Amino acid sequence: MLDEGTPLFLQIAERLSSDIVDGTLPEGSRVPSTNEFAAFYRINPATAAKGINVLVDDGILEKRRGIGMFVVNGAREQLILERRKRFAEQYIDPMLAEAHRLAIDVDALVDMVRQPANPEHRQISYPQGEEAS
Amino acid sequence: MTPTVRVDHLTRRYRGQLALDDVSCELRPDTITGLLGRNGAGKSTLMKILTGQEFPTSGTVRVGGENPLENDAVLRRMMFVKESQVYPDIKVKRVIEAASWFYPNWDGELAGQLVDDFELPANRAVKKLSRGMHSAVGIVLGLSARAEITLFDEPYLGLDAVARQIFYDRLLADYAEHPRTVLLSTHLIDEVADLLEHVLVIDRGQIVLDAPADDLRGRAVTVSGSTTAVDEFTAARKVWHRIGIGSLASATVAGPLDDLARTRARDLGLDMEPVSLQELVIRSARIGTENGAGQESERISA
Repeated sequence: MLDEGTPLFLQIAERLSSDIVDGTLPEGSRVPSTNEFAAFYRINPATAAKGINVLVDDGILEKRRGIGMFVVNGAREQLILERRKRFAEQYIDPMLAEAHRLAIDVDALVDMVRQPANPEHRQISYPQGEEAS
Repeated sequence: MTPTVRVDHLTRRYRGQLALDDVSCELRPDTITGLLGRNGAGKSTLMKILTGQEFPTSGTVRVGGENPLENDAVLRRMMFVKESQVYPDIKVKRVIEAASWFYPNWDGELAGQLVDDFELPANRAVKKLSRGMHSAVGIVLGLSARAEITLFDEPYLGLDAVARQIFYDRLLADYAEHPRTVLLSTHLIDEVADLLEHVLVIDRGQIVLDAPADDLRGRAVTVSGSTTAVDEFTAARKVWHRIGIGSLASATVAGPLDDLARTRARDLGLDMEPVSLQELVIRSARIGTENGAGQESERISA
């Protein structure tokens, strides 16, 4: 179910943070327990715990004694900032490499970004007056 | 507290045939370890010696510092489910009842649940069970005993995919509630890869890999692309395996690749694919084999 190259616990941490970023796990909500994660993803509970602890160390989750693990206030903002930092490296660089291979120049690339094939992506905001039509 | 299982310089010889060759390893308390390797690699021999069902030719086994051999106090803390377990000629429910007398942590409720899960006919004689049902009995006993040290040696001969999934799910759920040391030997590596916290690979009686499962992801990477690009990329690297077809090549190199190497591979137009645990096990076994008998086998250590 998960990909092979990244350690499992990092993948668990990544999924959890995605859920926080897109609001599936709102700030202040309780996060499923280690054992629930283990059962759901069919992975070793120690691995699940390790993944959750990555987010505890980053200050995204906090342990409340006796009741469980919760999403910290401000966690979403923090994760979004971190992901923005990684955006270029994770998405733009590989895209440019492939564009180069296919001899797509930057102007053509920009046009494609402005006119995405999937209409759902057109809801992304553009600078005033340059709205994709 | 769950005792540590420690094996030192264990050797077992059968009429000149070396089944275990100077094996040393440790089972950390409350972890699920996979014991992987080919048929005849020494998996069953190791498990039998661990549970005092076989004598070592030399070397020692210590469970919580004690020798398990003929040691009732230690053996009650251990459960061994083996592939070819022979039961007395009695009904399934009697087998389960008898097992409940031996194990101090036995959970009768869990046993009943598992019998239902596997749809075992409690009133049928064990010898009239199909191969798969026979295996299921072993799994019911293995899990319900809740022994601090539980060993499963290829526990699912004849079990179909659905039943195996039931086994994995129940094992995980019960382990989560009641942590214990589990040693699971299997050929179905891809199926169990995510359940394991630690991996031991044995080949020709020697441990060729002993590492946390997490460390193994990305341990090797397969790059593929044009022959020239692959050659350039692998020039200064240790190549485990390489195949070519026409102007295309694919090579498995030791990982993990750092960012620089990844960028380099991308610039060369190479595709990168991580190597699965299964493939890694096959490769480590090969490395052991290529080095040949009598030589020190190369250890891919953690």
